[in-house]
Amino acid sequence: MQVAADHALEAADSAPALQGLSPGKLAWRRLRRNKTAMTSLGVAIFIILVSAFAPVVCALLGVSPDGNSDLIADAGRPVSGPTLAHPFGIEPGTGKDILALLLYGARVSLLIALTSVVLTVTIGVLLGTIAAASRGFVDRALTWLMDLTLTFPQLLLLLALSNVMIDRLTALGVPGGNFSRITYLILFFAIFGWPYIARIVRGQVISLREREFVEAATAMGASRRRIILTELVPNLWAPVIVYSSISLPGYIAAEATLSFLGVGTDASLPTWGKLLSDSINYWQTYPAYLLFPSIGLVITVLSFNLFGDAVRDALDPRAGRV
Amino acid sequence: MLGFVVKRLGAMVVMLVGLSITVFLLFSVLPADPARLTCGKSCTPDVVQANRVRLGLDKPLTEQYTTYVKGIFAGRTYNEGQGVAEIDCPAPCLGYSFSQQKPVTELITEAVPVTMWLALGSFVLWMAIGVTGGVIASLNRGRWLDVALQSTALVLYSLPTFFVGLIMLIVVIVQFGLLPYPDYYPPTQDFPKFFDTMLLPWLTIATASAAFYVRLTRTQMVETLGEDYIRTARAKGLTERAVTVKHALRAGLTPIVTAAGLDLGLLLGGAIIVEQIFNLPGVGRLAVGSVIDSDLPVITGVTLVAATFIIIANFVVDLLYMVIDPRVRLS
Repeated sequence: MQVAADHALEAADSAPALQGLSPGKLAWRRLRRNKTAMTSLGVAIFIILVSAFAPVVCALLGVSPDGNSDLIADAGRPVSGPTLAHPFGIEPGTGKDILALLLYGARVSLLIALTSVVLTVTIGVLLGTIAAASRGFVDRALTWLMDLTLTFPQLLLLLALSNVMIDRLTALGVPGGNFSRITYLILFFAIFGWPYIARIVRGQVISLREREFVEAATAMGASRRRIILTELVPNLWAPVIVYSSISLPGYIAAEATLSFLGVGTDASLPTWGKLLSDSINYWQTYPAYLLFPSIGLVITVLSFNLFGDAVRDALDPRAGRV
Repeated sequence: MLGFVVKRLGAMVVMLVGLSITVFLLFSVLPADPARLTCGKSCTPDVVQANRVRLGLDKPLTEQYTTYVKGIFAGRTYNEGQGVAEIDCPAPCLGYSFSQQKPVTELITEAVPVTMWLALGSFVLWMAIGVTGGVIASLNRGRWLDVALQSTALVLYSLPTFFVGLIMLIVVIVQFGLLPYPDYYPPTQDFPKFFDTMLLPWLTIATASAAFYVRLTRTQMVETLGEDYIRTARAKGLTERAVTVKHALRAGLTPIVTAAGLDLGLLLGGAIIVEQIFNLPGVGRLAVGSVIDSDLPVITGVTLVAATFIIIANFVVDLLYMVIDPRVRLS
């Protein structure tokens, strides 16, 4: 007995101390080992970077989003299909380079989508946390507000309010034209999108607020504000990342849909939605115009969706063991 | 159990009141001048002023709201005692469209059946495809069939509906002429034509939605298939089919029913994009048309009706929980 115990002690001494890993570190390790996750994350970052630096990238590739009548033959037909100089082809009618349009378009689409996600998540996390942390009347009122917001037919309201709201915004001093149109879209997405994440966060916080570390903070006399901001909110990053990466493609698709319905930005500013809805008309005469923007959209949306999925799997301790 | 129903019913009524107030405020406070929107491009200051009085838009908001709500339950008469032809709007009166010269309720009831057929048809399709696909994927977890189903679903889910719809329209109708151009007829009047027109719209909506349900069902199934009672069921010697359908699927059904109910409710309020692409005279197209014409009474009415469908769907989902999940029934 004694010998065995000594032996065990000895073994423990000589072996390197077993490192305890926090659930966060375990999840990160699972995520890093997931090839799909890392690839899709890389693709997503690549797309964000090339679209953010669209002018630089276009200059490097020697393509231009400006119209060029030299590239247009009779009846608006482009002089050539995709070539080395214009890898994705030329826009019929205007002679703009499709690759350049795609890059500049991604900029607007991603700007709208990213800003909407940031706003939605900020409002959602704040109100969701407040609802769960305050219980009682405030909780009931906020939950009701979430339910009410979710009952609105959003696309319909978005269309119905677009003219009035854009007028209102310009009257408030927001620069007119595309700027106020984009502002309207983002504000609308934020106002009607927050309840989804707020619900998730509320559920999360309700389970967190009963935990010992919150009790400990309360016992030490921390203010409610401090408990919410430094104890509860930092524990919410997991659902926030998952929700963000899954909702982002939704907003990209929404922007595209609105361009199609004629509510998005005006003709001077290319977006993915506008590219897709314009290119449909040329699907037979100039298929490259339809093909490349659709592939671009699918790849972007897919990479964010896949990454979101992978993060969710990595955070789920039961995943892969069932 | 009755208490549960009554409670949910009460919540539904409160929600409807809150909703009607919000919609009403949204469309009477936000536009700089709602009366200006009653006559579109043909407006002169006199017409605007006359319409403002005719519609009671010069009265305080609370009074306008009560008149509106009263109209829904008791009907109302426009131009009463104003020396112009009186317009009768029987209950449930959701307002009167001066640009289309019809009560809003009539416009909506004409459009609802079209949307209803569209919604029901695609609902059946996407649930059948989605749930079956999800179950098959979960049973073949990690194998090529699972990967294939999941990736197809993800790609389809990533495409915007308008894009899928337009591609279908172009390929099936324009390019290969497999179906005639969409031209809506009620099913009672000309069923073959109805079917030909609705097939692509059904498929369009079903494609996008089924993709989501494949993913949802798969996730649910993978979770429940790992439970101990599934092993017990197998140990009892139940057939694999009974284990899958009666034990695993049934237990994972709650989120699927929730999502399905809400999606159906949302769809009944108008499938704006698909109705627009396939030229279906449903609620969605009525809404888009009224937005283009700035026909405020119709916009307000459609928004209200569409939101009511969602609230009712919520209620039905709550009731269905009792059927699916005995725990709800007992609590």
